[in-house]
Amino acid sequence: MTFQVNPLRKYVREDRMPHFFCPGCGCGQVLTSFLRGVDALSLDINKMTTVAGVGCTARIPVYMKTDTLHGVHGRTLPWATGIKLHSPETKVVVFAGDGDAVSIGGNHFIHAARRNLDVLMIVVNNFNFAMTGGQVAPMTPAGSVTMTTPYGSGEPPFDLCALAVAAGATYVARAATPYIPQMDNAIQKGLEHEGFGVVEVLSQCPTHFGRYALGSGSPAKTLDWIRGVCVSKAKADTLSPEELRGKLVTGEFVSVSRPVFKGSTFLKDENGGRNP
Amino acid sequence: MSVTIDKNLCKGCALCVTACSKNVFEIGTEVNQKGFSVSVAARAGDCVQCGVCEKTCPDLAIRVE
Repeated sequence: MTFQVNPLRKYVREDRMPHFFCPGCGCGQVLTSFLRGVDALSLDINKMTTVAGVGCTARIPVYMKTDTLHGVHGRTLPWATGIKLHSPETKVVVFAGDGDAVSIGGNHFIHAARRNLDVLMIVVNNFNFAMTGGQVAPMTPAGSVTMTTPYGSGEPPFDLCALAVAAGATYVARAATPYIPQMDNAIQKGLEHEGFGVVEVLSQCPTHFGRYALGSGSPAKTLDWIRGVCVSKAKADTLSPEELRGKLVTGEFVSVSRPVFKGSTFLKDENGGRNP
Repeated sequence: MSVTIDKNLCKGCALCVTACSKNVFEIGTEVNQKGFSVSVAARAGDCVQCGVCEKTCPDLAIRVE
């Protein structure tokens, strides 16, 4: 028997493997799903730039053979804006966790959506701040026990997809790691889309969210919990708001076309030289 | 037909064990360099090559061919 390796390994930095994610972490599944999307669309990985801030999710680009920027917490989209304005032909993909995207980077998020920056943002929602030990985050479900809310979280979570739609993102979808073909489709459509795409992936964090909130560090049990809170969009349309309380709707919410961001001001020649 | 697991990448998370509908995998007793008990394809003869394990594995460790 010859030793076969996964063909996606040609896109990863072998010297960095195995990656640092905990056993059973959803970030690894998002990484492989993204690589399958790149493979299926035959994108040139050497002409892509991946940007990440701080967090478990932010380590995803470190393992890929793209150009990678890994920096300050929450400031992924300002960098992506700069890269995109400097070289518009570059495909820019932002990996952000839920804390990175809507906690500290929340204002950048809504303005990138308003401007329709031509960037795909993959938000891996693991329901807590995992890298720092499982503190409560803006996406933690109400009532969850975390490190900093030992008697349950008293805050309602964000609906990130509704926020992105309201702010003007042109491709918005929510996927979940237990449903891998749907996640592959959402990421692949996001890669093809021109404009600001947001793919929220509900992901398991067995080490912190699993142990604190669900009482089990088993990846399979955390996946079962995610399966329990997910409702497909087709089914959600038939349910009442009471039945949907505490559930997360997966599917595609928006896919429209709008002029993309090319800079805050027109150049002199672009707008007929108008100077009021 | 074969299922290959790269022992150096496997972390023994057992997602392949639960994902496989034919119950091919199990967590064995072998420990890799990083100290994880790795998954083994104990019943590889039952494999129907659906590829779900390859897509589920977060560590790019499994290859079905």
